[in-house]
Amino acid sequence: MTLVGWLQISLLFLAVLLVIKPLGLYMARVFSGERTFLSPVLGRMERDLYRVSGISPEKEQSWLGYTLAMLTFSLAGFLALYAMLRLQAYLPLNPQGFPGLPSDLAFNTAVSFVTNTNWQNYGGETTMSHFSQMAGLTVQNFLSAATGMALAVAVTRALARSKVPTLGNFWVDMTRATLYVLLPLAIVVALAFVAMGLPQTLDGSVTATTLEGANQVISLGPVASQEAIKQLGTNGGGFFNVNAAHPFENPSAWSNYLNIFAMLSISSALVYAFGQMVGNRRQGWALISAMAVLLITGVAVTYWAESQGNTILTAIGVDPALGNMEGKEARFGQAMTALYAAVTTGLSDGGVNGMHGSFTGFGGLVPMFLIQLGEVLPGGVGSGLYGMLIFAILSVFVAGLMVGRTPEFLGKKIEGREMKFAMLAVLILPLAILGFTAVSAMLPFAVASVGTAGPHGLSEILYAYTSAAGNNGSAFGGLSGNTPWYNTTLGIAMLLGRFAYVVPVMAIAGSLAAKVKSPASAGTFPTDGPLFVGLLIGIILILGGLQFLPALVLGPIVEHFAMLAGQTF
Amino acid sequence: MLNHIRPAITLVVAMTALTGLAYPLAVNGIAQAVMPSGANGSLIERDGTVVGSALIGQTFTSDRYFWPRPSATGPDPYNAAASSGSNLGTTSVKLKERVIADVARLTKTGIVQPVPADAVTASGSGLDPHISPAFARAQIKRVAQARGLETAAVASLVAQQTANPTFGVIGQERVNVLELNLALDAL
Repeated sequence: MTLVGWLQISLLFLAVLLVIKPLGLYMARVFSGERTFLSPVLGRMERDLYRVSGISPEKEQSWLGYTLAMLTFSLAGFLALYAMLRLQAYLPLNPQGFPGLPSDLAFNTAVSFVTNTNWQNYGGETTMSHFSQMAGLTVQNFLSAATGMALAVAVTRALARSKVPTLGNFWVDMTRATLYVLLPLAIVVALAFVAMGLPQTLDGSVTATTLEGANQVISLGPVASQEAIKQLGTNGGGFFNVNAAHPFENPSAWSNYLNIFAMLSISSALVYAFGQMVGNRRQGWALISAMAVLLITGVAVTYWAESQGNTILTAIGVDPALGNMEGKEARFGQAMTALYAAVTTGLSDGGVNGMHGSFTGFGGLVPMFLIQLGEVLPGGVGSGLYGMLIFAILSVFVAGLMVGRTPEFLGKKIEGREMKFAMLAVLILPLAILGFTAVSAMLPFAVASVGTAGPHGLSEILYAYTSAAGNNGSAFGGLSGNTPWYNTTLGIAMLLGRFAYVVPVMAIAGSLAAKVKSPASAGTFPTDGPLFVGLLIGIILILGGLQFLPALVLGPIVEHFAMLAGQTF
Repeated sequence: MLNHIRPAITLVVAMTALTGLAYPLAVNGIAQAVMPSGANGSLIERDGTVVGSALIGQTFTSDRYFWPRPSATGPDPYNAAASSGSNLGTTSVKLKERVIADVARLTKTGIVQPVPADAVTASGSGLDPHISPAFARAQIKRVAQARGLETAAVASLVAQQTANPTFGVIGQERVNVLELNLALDAL
């Protein structure tokens, strides 16, 4: 670790900190239905969209209506994307003449993008036509993110309102998230990316004659436009196989900053917007502080671990000064790779600028553990906020048990019904991750997909289901996941992680919205101070640790000690 | 549920037109009009032939050129149509054997141990255009001998081609192998 490395890391967090308030206030206006500076440009288009879709924007929905609208919309998006991928060969903009995807891979990919996971069992430049990348994957990059934001706004309203049976209108929230937040930012970021050297062309590839006289076919495409929304929507699905490690997705330290900044800013600002909408900005900052403490700790551990280098290689004559460079790019170095790895997993982005599977034991443990904590640091756009609110409710419940009072969060009583649904939601993650991992580890044909034997092999499987259920999308890439078994089970894990999680969350929102919002009294446990932040961090760590520590000990922690002992597999 | 079907279908269609076609094509139009070089892959031409991209590494095996990092793309290294890292874990026996072989190969060309880490590790993309200044410096003697040049002349070229972090903070010290080799050919 170096001082310059920490300076590089601090600059990014400082930039995000500066944008949280203005962007948060802007989004609070957007989701309160107020006019913004973009209304003169987009208002007409917004009203036209409602008219042709038969939507009455002022008509609010109950939690069930809101959830059903979201599910129907996601199903329609899935079917459209699945059909497009299967029929790719017959669709336009396919300069390389790629065939349609087989059914299991199309299922996995369509689920992956609709659930905002963006797990990639395919290599972009060797599988996807430009049409599929643009009209298929890019569209779901927008819509799955807008869906997450809408859900978070609905949960926010539940806490802001008193005795109201409705949570807003899903169609309006989703449309406004797309039109007023994602689309304008995507245009700005995409053009900035082109200025930094990301290709943006409809050509398929160009052939160069290298200095030594060989031919080098270089894949091109509409990269910048996809990269922009990939990050803004915390999707993470890259244009190329190696994602943002590819020099065309991430050519320089500057583009690396913009990548991380774009993925971190909306999620963080949405937490601030939450504070604004419930009328307590300090509450927003309290949640942001808890997220920041855990996230920065994650950056520090990975940075430290990777800077030590791989001691097995040091012993055979490799200089550890640059750290562990297998799977990393020279232009980023250890600090910016560690920062990317922690942010992309603390968020549910899942893009990578280095191969997590080649990280050291502890370096690779961090991204996996950050996903297992529930994708709330600050999590995917929207999904991170509602995930964090579930942890906040659990925290006040635990605090209530300790002092013997009825727990309250923002004036809403937390009772049996809410706790039952919260536990249901929280248990989805360990069930999907540990259940599928255990089954896969016992099936010979599933184990055969592993790339590195020994403890790292278990980590590869564990990481895959962690990433899928957490809707993250990053991978320990040694696992050859493009098999019917993994395509199907990872797809199911993604569906559970997104929809089986959010339905109970929305049920909680419905029940909270209908409750009286009582004013704070002397007996109220304040949820916007340092005591609560500490408690919240504790709850997140205890839940995540208790559930996943045994599996992590068998994978990355054994790998760490094997490395120190010089043991290879 | 039924009353949700119409908005679901119309919005998926309308949003596909807006975010899947209008948005990327608009960005495409602006990019091609204003920044065509970057938008088309930052290609480098020499004597009218495209010799590569400034952002994408390529294979060099001759002693007359500086070598890039190992690449894990298949079937050949630096396959810019199929990016890939090795994805080998730290305790992988394949990784260890590969590095032992590469260290031995580099030692034979006069590079002293310990070798710079980037010289024997595959990058994440398999297309890393850069090497560390340490790895570049370690190759100066070999390249100078193969070309019959003064070591000092090649060393000063390496120094010239070494890019520093912006403001001393943002980025890494690095050398673009293709640009260095082009400059070498131009000597």
